[in-house]
Amino acid sequence: MSTPLLEVKDLTVHRGDLEVLKALSFEVREGEVFGLLGPNGSGKSTTFSVLMGLLPSVSGSFLFNGQEVRGGSKELLRSMGIVFQSPSLDQLMSARENLEMTGRLYRLPRQKRKDRIEELLRFSDLIDRADERVANYSGGMKRRLELARSLIHDPKLLVMDEPTTGLDEGAFQRTWKRLLRLRSERGLSILLSTHRPEEAAFCDRIGFISDGKLVVCDTPNSLQKLVSGDHLNITLRDHPEEAARLIKDALNLDSIISDGQLKITAEEGHSLIPRIVELLPEGSVTSINMTRPHLGDVFLHLTGERLTEENT
Amino acid sequence: MKLADQWATISVLWGRDLSRFLRKPSRLIGAFLQPIIFWLMIGGGLTSTFKLSGAEGLNYEQYFFPGVVVMLVLFAAIFGTITVIEDRHEGFLQSVLIAPGSRSALVLGKALGVSSVGLIQAVAFLALAPLAGFGYMDINWLNLVMFLILGSVALSTFGFALAWWLDSSQAYHAIMSVILIPGWILSGAMFPINPDQGALSWIMKLNPMSYIVDGVRRSFYVEIPAGTTVSTSSLTDIIVVLAFTLFSLLWANVIVNRSK
Repeated sequence: MSTPLLEVKDLTVHRGDLEVLKALSFEVREGEVFGLLGPNGSGKSTTFSVLMGLLPSVSGSFLFNGQEVRGGSKELLRSMGIVFQSPSLDQLMSARENLEMTGRLYRLPRQKRKDRIEELLRFSDLIDRADERVANYSGGMKRRLELARSLIHDPKLLVMDEPTTGLDEGAFQRTWKRLLRLRSERGLSILLSTHRPEEAAFCDRIGFISDGKLVVCDTPNSLQKLVSGDHLNITLRDHPEEAARLIKDALNLDSIISDGQLKITAEEGHSLIPRIVELLPEGSVTSINMTRPHLGDVFLHLTGERLTEENT
Repeated sequence: MKLADQWATISVLWGRDLSRFLRKPSRLIGAFLQPIIFWLMIGGGLTSTFKLSGAEGLNYEQYFFPGVVVMLVLFAAIFGTITVIEDRHEGFLQSVLIAPGSRSALVLGKALGVSSVGLIQAVAFLALAPLAGFGYMDINWLNLVMFLILGSVALSTFGFALAWWLDSSQAYHAIMSVILIPGWILSGAMFPINPDQGALSWIMKLNPMSYIVDGVRRSFYVEIPAGTTVSTSSLTDIIVVLAFTLFSLLWANVIVNRSK
């Protein structure tokens, strides 16, 4: 197997007396999208801060293209484009000026800088409002500009801390379309942190991080197979207890009654649906749907921890 | 540690502060009107009661004028560096921290930007010098500009180090009201040193800002009116202000490179 682009080895970080990262190790391969999935406070942002040299580590090392590098070393930073979780734009300046300042920080020659800025403004759909103050932009536009800005020096690895926080569904989907395009067009590798299962599903591989430790690391498909069974949600006109009893007697399946709905977890959910509808008195089922377990369920299964509070 | 990388960081931050200052008309108007109002109000109010033995001809508007010039530089340093606290966690400085330039370049770029803003305001206010009784041709501009540049670099790097170290706007506000503003009041900017007031006169002697005010004040006179300065010679002013500038630069560099 070829050398990974970035290897993080046994990273341990203390904050005061607290051990916030406990010998964390993972790797990002060339051209892949690798996600660290975990709830807030699990150590994702800390990992990135050490990588960028904004926090010291007690022990551990980074290898970039097989070469050992210090976190935050200039050669590492030159190879990475970074999208911070919190905004890092000058709100009083325009998109073009923000890009111009960053281009100058990386000493892109004048003509190359100009061309690159035009290209990035087009890529991020900001060309029409490029000279407007960033403060007037929508949340989605600001995130697009952050992404464009992180690409100005043509990095090999894009590092993004919770890149789609605060974006609505449409903007979320468009961001991912853009990111996947970047990966296929430029061969860019992406390392991101997220607490959203639907975001993790876009990754080639995911590392589950909980309490500063890597719990498991695999493809979304393989991880999903770790939790068996489909979820069936059945909405009934009335008497859910009666329906639960009928299902238990006939199919030997346990149900949970919540908000008047029956929730059943079982294998082969699609074949159960017609059987349940036939089993229950005619007209009593108003709707029935099936969902596959998502990565949030897998995370809960493996760590006993929920990714977000609203899932509880 | 390429020099070109350092210069890139310095010039971007320097230009950024200047352009942010110049593009806000409301801030510009405030920046130019506020010292004039301040000078006219306090100067006018106190001129009838102000008497300095040994310098009978000196009115308060004239005495206060150099103090207002230094106030401009100090306020620019305070307001220019308090923004560092937010900028560092939720602003553009985040992206400077991960750029090729060093953190020392970041300090220098920010200090030069903030100083330039203070200097522009000071120079604009200096246009009123004849109203205070100072002819343009009588001013020792070389000396004045030297003290203003050194003083503003010292105060802005001092402010930067404070902001980075405290890392909290509330704490910075507190220090501003108990140390920085009183420091300006006790620098000879508002009233001259009185050797009979033991503790107060000692604070004024130990206050580095006194020597910035003295250096600026001396630039307006061929012969300085007796009793108007804290220091006894121009050389003392230069030495203290240089030392203060070096101390602030050093402190800011240590603070910014230490905290990771």
